[in-house]
Amino acid sequence: MNKILLVIKREYLTRVSKKSFWIASLLAPLLLTAIYAVPIWLATRDKEVKQVAIWDGSGLFEQNDLADKEIAFKLLKGDVNQIKKSFDKQGFDAFAAIPTDILKNPEGLKIYSEKNLSLSLKNDIERMVQNKVREILLRNAGISTVKYKETQVDISSDTITVSKQGEETTSSSGGAMILAAFLGFLLYLTLLLYGSQVMNGVIEEKSNRIIEVIISSIKPYQLMLGKILGVGLVGLTQFLLWIVLTIGLSTATSKLYNAPSRMATVANTTNSEELKKSVAKAESSSQPMAEVNKLIESTNIPLLLGSFFFYFLFGYLLYSSLFAAIGSAVESASEAQQFTFPVMIPIILAFILAQFTMQDPDSNVAFWASIIPFTSPINMMVRLPYGVPAWEIVLSMVLLVAGFLACSWLSSRIYRVGILMYGKKMTWKEISKWVFYKA
Amino acid sequence: MILSIQDVVKRYSSHVALDQVSLEIPKGKIFGLLGPNGAGKTSLIRIITQITAPDEGQILFDGEKLSTKHVEQIGYLPEERGLYKKMKVGEQLIYLAQLKGLSRQESIARLKDWFIRLDIKDWWDKQVDDLSKGMQQKTQFISTVVHEPKLLILDEPFSGFDPINANLLKDEILALKERGTSILFSTHRMESVEELCDSIALINHSKVVLRGEKNEVRNRFKAHQFEVLFEGDLIQDFTGVDLVSLEMSGDANSKKGIFKLQKGTSPNQLLGQLIHQVQVQKFQELIPSFNDIFIQVVKETN
Repeated sequence: MNKILLVIKREYLTRVSKKSFWIASLLAPLLLTAIYAVPIWLATRDKEVKQVAIWDGSGLFEQNDLADKEIAFKLLKGDVNQIKKSFDKQGFDAFAAIPTDILKNPEGLKIYSEKNLSLSLKNDIERMVQNKVREILLRNAGISTVKYKETQVDISSDTITVSKQGEETTSSSGGAMILAAFLGFLLYLTLLLYGSQVMNGVIEEKSNRIIEVIISSIKPYQLMLGKILGVGLVGLTQFLLWIVLTIGLSTATSKLYNAPSRMATVANTTNSEELKKSVAKAESSSQPMAEVNKLIESTNIPLLLGSFFFYFLFGYLLYSSLFAAIGSAVESASEAQQFTFPVMIPIILAFILAQFTMQDPDSNVAFWASIIPFTSPINMMVRLPYGVPAWEIVLSMVLLVAGFLACSWLSSRIYRVGILMYGKKMTWKEISKWVFYKA
Repeated sequence: MILSIQDVVKRYSSHVALDQVSLEIPKGKIFGLLGPNGAGKTSLIRIITQITAPDEGQILFDGEKLSTKHVEQIGYLPEERGLYKKMKVGEQLIYLAQLKGLSRQESIARLKDWFIRLDIKDWWDKQVDDLSKGMQQKTQFISTVVHEPKLLILDEPFSGFDPINANLLKDEILALKERGTSILFSTHRMESVEELCDSIALINHSKVVLRGEKNEVRNRFKAHQFEVLFEGDLIQDFTGVDLVSLEMSGDANSKKGIFKLQKGTSPNQLLGQLIHQVQVQKFQELIPSFNDIFIQVVKETN
């Protein structure tokens, strides 16, 4: 036991002291935070006010209509062709020509620019023209603008799951799906990543020839177990770092952005128009936040996280023991490729099945995929947020542990023979014979 | 006896690696385990180091049945050397010593002694990758002996060492023997057998074909031949003696003859006959080298 701890310690420390570990541990949270923070940053940074010239052939627009915070519109009179040639020299970023028949021909708007027009500027100009045109069309049709706005209600729904006992829980299927997909994908990646790390570690020891020295001190299964647990701990450490760093970084960035914008709101209370706008913005941006909050309230987070660690641990143990067996049978990473394929098939299959599970978490496919040990880690994680009967979870977990024990037994049989085999061309037939060798 | 190997059989799917092998390996001596490639030496060593288990037979270590607890009393230097390439020398040796049951403090203290003794203090923080092959060999030797094993198993220990370092290693091995370590020494190099071993066993085709104390084995293989340097002319009229060869010795005056005693003839009888005929300058029994013995026995048993 003591010696397994020594192996675990070595495997853990040599990996954690590598630069690549820390790069991966830092980079992932940074990327995640960036995905979250960059749009906020883009939205809140001070935009350069764009200068846009307008030529209005329809005569519907007046300079007063053209007030906009982000774009300075200027209504120009004169010959269209003349302006087309000279707008950039006059310091305009773009020139929009509104045709005379804009009311009948909504596609007649033409926007000229020297450089390629940015999508957001194009949208802003179109929106400005569209609002005005709609307003006139409504007026012409005899509908009051106010009445019309009142009819444009947003419908959103609360999805509620009712248990057989009649208990109601508010659920959020959209959010659950995202969370489920994320956790499933994370499991898929880590099984492959850490499984192959175990395999490469075994190959390293074998090709280094240090294996013979080590197993004259400890039993092969102790070495295999120590290696698997050590690498597994590295995986858990990395998860923990990812979670802590991502939460830390994203709260830090959101604090950074929220603080000044709230201050700005307070400072601008005198400017009522500004206030309305910022409130509207806040409301629209709080929409996804509310969705996330609802999800957190509706899903059983301890169950989800607990299950995640359980399925990661045993899924990892199951697959990494198989990877260790393969590593022991070969002498180089390139030779390992042909043998890793059969182990990767169930992982990839589990990931493909997870797509079906996600679409219909109560189907037969989803049921079996989340029960059978090889596919259950990924598929059960995907199903969990939708609610799974307790007996299914227990069955799946028990089978997974049983599957792990069976696989590790099989693998250790192969491993103890494989690590001492050199210079032999390996075949599946040969490897399967090793299982029945005496010690 | 440090090891008592009794009727050990090891079979692999396609062949028998050890066939009823029995050996007694004495305490505090250097025991040479000889044999051609593929004879079964490595199989036997792997059974002693408990990497594999025998199919039949048993092994006693210092009188007890060999078991996991004896792992810490055995040091093993395999023929194929290997260390973790990306680990620092010091850390690696501490790890290997801990696997042999030493505490961390204890291993550091003992390793420091070794580093000072072998004058390699500045290697401690070097990565194994950065060491030359000879340096790696030294490092690995330290890892084999740092836990002061009762039994030291050395498989071709001199391969890869330059003559200076080989001498250094030889001195260390002899020093360990002085301190009471029993050494099992597996090699092809017969000159080191002559130099170091106290007794030997030769394995060929999975069987022990020759065993015994070094000089006793050599005596057994004596061909009862004598080399004689002399001056004068031989009459060549001998009783109980055959003249194997006769040649000029290079020196104009002396000749060299090799005589083989027939059964029942003593060296004195040969000498007695010779001194009547010629002036004897040198009279010496031809002792077979282990190289000759090895080749002869392996050929006979093939």
